[in-house]
Amino acid sequence: MASLTRHALGAVLAVVGASALGYIALNRGETINALWIVIAAVCVYLIAYRYYSLFIADKVMSLDPNRTTPAYRHNDGLDYVPTNKYVLFGHHFAAIAGAGPLVGPVLAAQMGYLPGMLWILAGVVFAGAVQDFLVLFVSTRRDGRSLGDLVKSELGPVPGVIALFGTFMIMVIILAVLALIVVKALAESPWGTFTVGATIPIAIFMGLYTRYIRPGQIGEISVIGFVLLMLAILGGGQVAASETWAPLFTFNGRQLTWMLIGYGFVASVLPVWLLLAPRDYLSTFLKIGAIVALAVGIAFVAPELKMPSVTRFIDGTGPVWAGNLFPFLFITIACGAVSGFHALISSGTTPKLIENETHARFIGYGGMLMESFVAIMALVAASIIEPGIYFAMNSPLAVLGPTAETAAQVISNWGFVVTPEMLTSTAAAVGEHSIIARAGGAPTLAVGMAQIFSVMFGGTGMMGFWYHFAILFEALFILTAVDAGTRAGRFMLQDLLGTAIPAIKRTDSWVGNAIATALCVATWGYFLYQGVIDPLGGINTLWPLFGISNQMLAAVALVLATVVLFKMKRERFAWVTLAPTVWLLACTLTAGWQKVFDANPKVGFLAQVSRYQAALDRGELLAPAKTVDQMHQIILNNQIDAGLSVFFILVVVSILGYGAQGCYRAYRAAHPTTREVGGPEAAAQRAAA
Amino acid sequence: MFNDLSKLGKYLGQAARLMVGLPDYDTYVAHMKVTHPDRPVMSYEEFFRERQEARYGGGSGRCC
Repeated sequence: MASLTRHALGAVLAVVGASALGYIALNRGETINALWIVIAAVCVYLIAYRYYSLFIADKVMSLDPNRTTPAYRHNDGLDYVPTNKYVLFGHHFAAIAGAGPLVGPVLAAQMGYLPGMLWILAGVVFAGAVQDFLVLFVSTRRDGRSLGDLVKSELGPVPGVIALFGTFMIMVIILAVLALIVVKALAESPWGTFTVGATIPIAIFMGLYTRYIRPGQIGEISVIGFVLLMLAILGGGQVAASETWAPLFTFNGRQLTWMLIGYGFVASVLPVWLLLAPRDYLSTFLKIGAIVALAVGIAFVAPELKMPSVTRFIDGTGPVWAGNLFPFLFITIACGAVSGFHALISSGTTPKLIENETHARFIGYGGMLMESFVAIMALVAASIIEPGIYFAMNSPLAVLGPTAETAAQVISNWGFVVTPEMLTSTAAAVGEHSIIARAGGAPTLAVGMAQIFSVMFGGTGMMGFWYHFAILFEALFILTAVDAGTRAGRFMLQDLLGTAIPAIKRTDSWVGNAIATALCVATWGYFLYQGVIDPLGGINTLWPLFGISNQMLAAVALVLATVVLFKMKRERFAWVTLAPTVWLLACTLTAGWQKVFDANPKVGFLAQVSRYQAALDRGELLAPAKTVDQMHQIILNNQIDAGLSVFFILVVVSILGYGAQGCYRAYRAAHPTTREVGGPEAAAQRAAA
Repeated sequence: MFNDLSKLGKYLGQAARLMVGLPDYDTYVAHMKVTHPDRPVMSYEEFFRERQEARYGGGSGRCC
């Protein structure tokens, strides 16, 4: 009887969740309310948390509440501090949530909301949250060491270096693709450019304030900064309406690219307190605030989904990104379902702050469920927009043609109702000249968020404000990521190159730092520029590369976790990590292979190379290239992308090999071979000494 | 009731500060007094600067 009542709540959740999913499944051809998706998702999360994460905590890992954590062992009040479970949850969530879960689902909506929703839910329960939880556990039992360190100590020094190189390239691709999202959102948009540009002087003012006027008072300065930001959005509207000022803030993609590259270099050599730290306050609080507001908004407005559950583009011919549902849907939605980058956070600051090992379940597994919920909300925001407008915003210009008329024509031929007036009036409502071909997720999400927020506050007259609020909130934390990422990349580079040229390694030398920073900016700047001039619109090329690399990092983290389970002699539970590893390897290796060798030039890099080479041989120019030099540039770019895909494949295959070897050795050993810190053995040693 | 509210407010403030990499200053001071009474304790301003450098200067990654 006791067990019956214990499971009563679970049973209710199961019934409600199954009903919601059933409702979604049976409502073909009609629009459904977004709340059904939210209810289904929340029930899935609660059941998974209540049962699956408990199983992992108790049976797979045997979390031990009596074991001292690094926060106690190394307590210094600074890096290592035993921290309240809920406070640490906030810290961890703020560190893992970024642009990824917002952009991927928006791009994936081209296949309809159903495939994306199912992958987000299944992926997070069986792969993403499992990875975050296990890495947090492994790192907590090893003094909070980093992923690279853990790979080195558990798998060996060679795979350690391979993983470090892989992580650096992943970082470069992430920075390039994030910067590309900003470029796509700000191109030809004086309102957006003014507002985002204004954040730089605002942040510098905040930096000076917290340094000299009222040192360390981040609460009050964040409030002041927030008010200034809202004024900047209103000011942007005035700028865009003014005939003298608007042209001064109107830039095309290439100009914005060079500005971002310059910005990235300058921002990452300035002292951190001046620009990076204060903008981080703004972006973090705005991010959390906007996510909460979006959740409240969806619950309050309860919008109808206009996107069909499944569109005709599940056949792989979609304009937003190319490739079949398998494997490319599972690459497109990375963060929100499973994200390798989280392994770096789960082995970063969080394990050093955890008060009790058992909290890892709530923080690791629960934190990732929360991030997945953000992805579900992004999917909802993209699906409440008219599908015709969604496709106008996310298809490349080369497909849509130059005007609203041609775009409406093309999209109507795909079977989605849209008129040129709808496109121009939507653009006018959000205060932009045009919304056509703005791939990258941010503008689409901004239109969706503006629709939700304007119902709650201010009506249609406020659409422009809310649209630019959403753009600002994404651009802010993307710029913070670009700045912080460039610094992190610089340190990695100095570490890697320092083995060959010791002078570069000296992080106190101004020249060494400048060279490493310039190299790092040049690397991501190259991919960014390539994305801006890309014939398929950039996102089409770079987002799959990002997805593949991010999922491969997840596979590396899961291989590490599998090896640790084998070393603990828990191999009978290794399916918990092996199943998602196998799935991720199937997706990423297939996708990587197709990106290199597929015969369709929209998918395969080498096919694109031969298409342009053949045109060159015939003496023709293919759009968007206007000169022979640009033709050569596009060929070279695609060759580099193909090389990068091969590199990622080699990284993951070699780590897999080392992982298999590690598992086999541990399996043959008679005793557990795991080397943990702070367990009963260590306590016994301390007692003896 | 008001006690609970002020406790909640305290935790929210702590969470917000830790989100941007600033741990609790009082906890730090208490830790230094108990564990290292012989060593100097940083003022809030020094503590704030030290944490800023540690969060951003060391080159730790941020998520996508």
